Amino acid sequence: MYPDNLKYTKDHEWIDLKGETGTIGVSHFAQKELGDVVFVELPEVGRRLKQGEEFGTIESVKAVSEVYCPVSGEVIEVNTALKDHPELVNQEPYGKGWIVRIRVSDPKELAGLMDAASYGGYVGQGGH
Amino acid sequence: MTASAALRKTPLNARHRALDARLVDFAGWEMPVQYRGVIEEHLAVRASAGLFDVSHMGEIVVRGPNALQAVQRLTPNDAGKLRDGQAQYSALTTPSGSPVDDVMVHRVAADQFFLCVNAANDDKDFSWIREHLVPGAQAEHVSEQYALMALQGPAASRILSLLTAPSVAALPAFSFVDARVAGRYARVARTGYTGEDGFEIYCSPDDAPAIWDALLDKGKHSGIEPIGLGARDTLRLEACLRLYGNDMDETTTLLEAGLGWVVKPDKGDFIGREALMKQKEAGTQRRLVGFEMVERGVARHGYPVAVGGQTVGQVTSGTYAPSLRKNVGLAYVPAASSKVGDEIDIIIRAKPVRARVARTPFYKREK
Repeated sequence: MYPDNLKYTKDHEWIDLKGETGTIGVSHFAQKELGDVVFVELPEVGRRLKQGEEFGTIESVKAVSEVYCPVSGEVIEVNTALKDHPELVNQEPYGKGWIVRIRVSDPKELAGLMDAASYGGYVGQGGH
Repeated sequence: MTASAALRKTPLNARHRALDARLVDFAGWEMPVQYRGVIEEHLAVRASAGLFDVSHMGEIVVRGPNALQAVQRLTPNDAGKLRDGQAQYSALTTPSGSPVDDVMVHRVAADQFFLCVNAANDDKDFSWIREHLVPGAQAEHVSEQYALMALQGPAASRILSLLTAPSVAALPAFSFVDARVAGRYARVARTGYTGEDGFEIYCSPDDAPAIWDALLDKGKHSGIEPIGLGARDTLRLEACLRLYGNDMDETTTLLEAGLGWVVKPDKGDFIGREALMKQKEAGTQRRLVGFEMVERGVARHGYPVAVGGQTVGQVTSGTYAPSLRKNVGLAYVPAASSKVGDEIDIIIRAKPVRARVARTPFYKREK
């Protein structure tokens, strides 16, 4: 449920860092809490985000939830498939349901995030 | 999903837990908001059948030789048209023509009317009724004597018929009968809040789990699903059935809320009649309309509505509509922007998002 190669935030985002590119989405726990996702508001490519900054919104049938950037960087790609298929966030939160890719400006910020084991423990205790 | 011990529980609470439902606080009750997922549950009701625990709803009996006069004074619809075993949608009205609540009025006998009211308004309604009774009528608060389940969807009649005597298959809409369901006494009404054919089953709290289990068991082959309050809301909104506290309250009149069809001034006097007659003559300045999002976005309760950059109204309900695959909602708008096709903006996170006044109901079942 929480792949080992990812880092996680307390707000339930994950980031997969490859080189200087970080792919960001929300965790299995987050998608399950949200329920059926019906709309994802994406940021603009080129936007510079600070660690912890809100960059998008996920709406499920019943709830509206903000998404926060796990580390600082510049948006280089957004998952346009979510415009027509927001349910990918539920179906493949770590795959086709990714939300944005950023060029990470300071990889050291990742050190403050949780690994899979800590995150699993965190959501096991309620996660909020 | 912590649930406070102070929350009231329905007699089906253990069933919801066993089904791994997500439980939430709704009007002081611990209620299931979803089991397998809102969209899946919604579509199951439209395609086959769904079973809802709505035991949090309240029940009030008005009885006595002048019970009819009391109900006629309290409500704007014409309860004089009801025969024994018939029900009608109505409201309790304030002198200004606004709903204290919307209610389902059942005539059990000439001297006995059974009212089903919203959970959040249960105590308020009972006080209101008691304060506005006529001599020769009494009100009895019987909410704790009843559990309530709704069985809704095209397969509802087939499933319930397997368990009920006398048969309810031929029961007309807005009629009810005291029957036995799975061997237990129950009041079965052909009513609902989903836009589908279906039934509401009032029974003793002690009998509710047995009836619940029997319905889920007999409905298995038809694809029955337990349905939470999440899908109840999307279903009722597609059918444009009003939700008290969202779409109307004591600050909106019945005419503004689009419920003029329950107002029958010719029947004689009732609380709010004069105000409603006056407003009908003058015309309503604002109206509750249905709208469809044209641009991408989900409207929610409380979002502003703007026309030409000016805020002119407010969204009262909004959702993604699973059967229509569109984002829809209800909103109060000025009369000048209330025609089907009129363009309005919904302000979502400080940005105007285009929507259009739409024909209602959004969803109508094929008969």
